[in-house]
Amino acid sequence: MTEKKNNPCADGTCRVPTSQRLQTFDTSADSGDIGALVSATIDEQEIKVPMGTTILDAAKSLGIRIPTLCNHDDLCIAGVCRICVVEVEGQRTLQASCAYPITQPIVVHTHTRKVRQARRHILDLMLSEHYGECYACFRNNNCELQALAKEYGVDFFRFGHPEKPRHTIDNSSYSVIRDMDKCIQCRRCVRTCIDLQEVGVLEAVGRGKDTAIATYLDKPLGDVVCINCGQCINRCPTGALRANDSTDEVWAAIDDPTKHVIMQTAPSPRAGIGEEFGLEPGTPMTWQMNTALRRCGFDMVFDTNFTADLTIIEEGTELLIRLYKNLVEGDGSMPVPQFTSCSPGWVKYIEHFYPEYLSHVSSAKSPQQMFGALIKTWYAQINNIDPASIVSVALMPCSAKKYECNRPEMCDSGYKDIDYGLTTRECAQMIREAGIDLPEMPKSEFDEPFGTATGSGIIFGATGGVMEAALRTVLELVTGKKVEDFYEHADIIPVRGFDGCKYAEITFPDELGPVPELIAHLVPNWDWLKGVTVKVGVAHGTANAKKVMDDIKAGGKFSQCHFIEFMACPGGCLGGGGQPIPTTPEIRKARAKAIYAEDKAYGEAGKARKSHENPAVLRVYGEFLKDGPCGHLSHKLLHTEYTPRGKYIG
Amino acid sequence: MTTIMNDITFSTAEAGAGLKAALEKGRADVIGVVRESAMRGRGGAGFPTGVKWNLAAGAQGDKKYVVCNADEGEPGTFKDRAILSEWADLVLEGMTIAGYAVGAAEGIVYLRGEYTYLVRQLEDALEKRREAGLLGENIQGKDGFNFDIHLHMGCGAYICGEETALIEALEGQRGEPRNRPPFPVNTGLNGCPTIVNNVETFAWASMILAKGPEWFKGIGTEKSSGPKLFSVSGDVDKPGVYEFPMGITVAELLKNVGGGGAKAVQIGGASGNCIPACEFSRAIAFEDVSTGGSIIVFGPERDMLKVAENFLEFFEDESCGQCTPCRIGNTRLLEGIRMLQTGHCSMKYLQELCKLGETMQLASKCGLGQSSPNAFLSIVKHFRNELMGRACVMVCK
Ligand SMILES: Cc1cc2nc3c(=O)[nH]c(=O)nc-3n(C[C@H](O)[C@H](O)[C@H](O)COP(=O)(O)O)c2cc1C
Ligand code: SF4
Repeated sequence: MTEKKNNPCADGTCRVPTSQRLQTFDTSADSGDIGALVSATIDEQEIKVPMGTTILDAAKSLGIRIPTLCNHDDLCIAGVCRICVVEVEGQRTLQASCAYPITQPIVVHTHTRKVRQARRHILDLMLSEHYGECYACFRNNNCELQALAKEYGVDFFRFGHPEKPRHTIDNSSYSVIRDMDKCIQCRRCVRTCIDLQEVGVLEAVGRGKDTAIATYLDKPLGDVVCINCGQCINRCPTGALRANDSTDEVWAAIDDPTKHVIMQTAPSPRAGIGEEFGLEPGTPMTWQMNTALRRCGFDMVFDTNFTADLTIIEEGTELLIRLYKNLVEGDGSMPVPQFTSCSPGWVKYIEHFYPEYLSHVSSAKSPQQMFGALIKTWYAQINNIDPASIVSVALMPCSAKKYECNRPEMCDSGYKDIDYGLTTRECAQMIREAGIDLPEMPKSEFDEPFGTATGSGIIFGATGGVMEAALRTVLELVTGKKVEDFYEHADIIPVRGFDGCKYAEITFPDELGPVPELIAHLVPNWDWLKGVTVKVGVAHGTANAKKVMDDIKAGGKFSQCHFIEFMACPGGCLGGGGQPIPTTPEIRKARAKAIYAEDKAYGEAGKARKSHENPAVLRVYGEFLKDGPCGHLSHKLLHTEYTPRGKYIG
Repeated sequence: MTTIMNDITFSTAEAGAGLKAALEKGRADVIGVVRESAMRGRGGAGFPTGVKWNLAAGAQGDKKYVVCNADEGEPGTFKDRAILSEWADLVLEGMTIAGYAVGAAEGIVYLRGEYTYLVRQLEDALEKRREAGLLGENIQGKDGFNFDIHLHMGCGAYICGEETALIEALEGQRGEPRNRPPFPVNTGLNGCPTIVNNVETFAWASMILAKGPEWFKGIGTEKSSGPKLFSVSGDVDKPGVYEFPMGITVAELLKNVGGGGAKAVQIGGASGNCIPACEFSRAIAFEDVSTGGSIIVFGPERDMLKVAENFLEFFEDESCGQCTPCRIGNTRLLEGIRMLQTGHCSMKYLQELCKLGETMQLASKCGLGQSSPNAFLSIVKHFRNELMGRACVMVCK
């Protein structure tokens, strides 16, 4: 059975109306039956399932396929598309198998005449309202509606087909484009936004034929409290939601011989891009992708893990400064807990929903933006390249990165620090368009000087990864010992895994090391940390972020934390809104496995696994950011500030 | 304007007799009486009221609710308005009896938005009952029986008359039907056991307690006991609210209301069925032609295609828009009607639309989509002559 642990419908915290939820059962009347099994006979096969199992899940475990559209493993049950209807003996009408919990023995038929007719008609009805030609759609060959049309042998438009568009495309957002002509009103986006992400910018409005999915007062997406996480894109069955694609601009830069085009690649795309080429989820393509990108025409291919490591140094230093100020100097101007800042979806979320807590957010830029600032300054300098001729592209698992690189404050190099953010999907598209079969590419390394990364950089892609990387570094800098002395293989297991909100404590020993030279000018000694218990939290998916924030507001255990990692997307970046479609808990788990395997491989190959050991990072501080982490120049280039936006829109 | 009415039993009700009789009995016995009467819900679906109350009484919950469905949105129905105007106390009494029977402390009247003019009157009635100790704590000296009723206004959506959509609306959500099971008797308002009954159902319940189940069972048919109120409109001499025993034939009913010469009668409102003259001997009862009380009579001059168009226009707007068969299906059926009107519908396409109607009946999420094609289908079936002239006999599409 599919794991629905992080499904808010399952843990009882969801906010969607009851009409869009699987109802819970009052089994107390016959409490003897709790956990009891009931028998279901589906297409002549019998099975015993726990009370309350849906017909859909029961059929699945028998290997019987029932088509679905509005149903999604991450979301509450809606039961609205009706494509999954089946015949239940003794019932006058057909029943939606996704929403029908089995509580007494039943006999089900999944493909009778009535069922087949109903499914055909439902598809025909959807197609009668679905404007769009499959060959001119980014979801061509990866569209659930198209796939069902094929499965059910649709060969003509029984109830007609719209000939012209009826809606204007909303491309106001840097991140998410809405094309309502392709919407089939399955409401997955609505449930994603309100339930999985606790944002709630999308809702069904109107009634009858005028029902539509809309924003507040139908405002453009760019003007509402959308956090750009793109989770709705990943769950849209059709092409109604897509990312704001910049591949044309990137191709144009590559085609322009006067431009020096640089690609940096984040850790998560390499764990996901294989899916775009038919590989099993969790097949890493790191080294093949380097070759493919060069063949596409990028002049340089760098590893964003380099700036992930740099982020750890900057953010970790900031944390130590915050702790020193709070614990020793009693200066609360930089409050704890410190919140991470690398997820641009999370940053926009807190700007809208908890602006009063912005002083908790680390001022360190995200790895993408740190990279951008360094490329158009130091890298240009040492290579004698005019920064104006550099086009800096970032391959990210993320749609919010597109918004982030267009923030007006992100021009500290004197230019737009990052020109374009590409999603994993768009990158795969470029590679395909260049006629390259990614899995068959020979392997190659990243380019210098930003080619050396560590295992800590790579785990940024998974929820808990930033925290683990930070803890590895802080532990070593403070204790002077090896992380391995505390955690086997330096794997800090308590912060790993897919639990929505994680909490962990680490107590420093009474023996601490000397303050390392890199930050010696910032704190005199570590005496004040002796025997101190550091408390940390990790939350992924903004619904979980909300839980942690509300706990902090209420003075709960997370308010006692020193450092909290927040990621906007479920699973962390590996489940980002720019990753290949579909997404399920299983797919995200497989990607996480690939990421942790790569971290492990760094260790096995004798390469660094801790950010502060990254030689390229040390070189940057030696040659360029000479006043050290959180120093003057690093503040100018690598740190930023935030905008309290609030959630009330004019 | 006063509504024409015949003799309606509610006029003979003795104030407070039902509640008094109920409070002299144990809770289970009250439900027993209602079950014994075999009354089926007066809102349209015809679910046995005693069974519903019994389920709610047996369900576990911190709180329980009694909801009176006064949304009366079905086109051609206005008998609940008449009941609330003339005999509101009987309804409130019935709700109080239900509260006692199922163990609820809170009752809610969900009142149709267009009936706002009744609010003052109903609030006064509630206040008087509170003053008389008929609502509030330890009602009529019955220790521990606390029950009060408040009003909740609808906002004009027909779908909010559907009981689970009504509950969503009470919770402050978009009025959209829920997945079932579980049913409101187990998991209703705020997740608590809830009974939703029609205005008329509560009024009869009150009288059943006062006069005994045998009296009620002695009227009507075996499967559809008791008298029933009908809202009669259309091409008749005397449109109005009428009480007839269940099981009355269409012909008899027409005779009573001056509907001679009708060519068809729409029974059960827009979501009901259209009965042609040749079937006027059929009985209006749950076992034959069922209805929540709406009777719309069509005289010989009526264009049945126009009738179907009118109903489908209603559904195209009033579908909650949640599920595919209903949201899009009604629009396609309406387009089909318009194609017929202009002679652009092939027989083949008409057949396809009839099959679509069947799909809507089978696959829609709630009663609205499941019954919205009824009128279309029965008109196509019974008035083929009227349509044939307009269907394009050649396969033109
Ligand atoms: C679309 C739709 C609209 C309905 N509207 C009403 C209504 O206005 N009044 C009503 O009493 N029942 C209405 N019902 C029936 C209710 O869902 C429910 O069955 C009824 O209130 C139960 O009460 P009863 O058992 O006393 O008839 C409607 C049902 C549907 C599907
Ligand atoms: S059948 Fe119609 S009214 Fe009922 S849930 Fe579906 S769309 Fe809504």
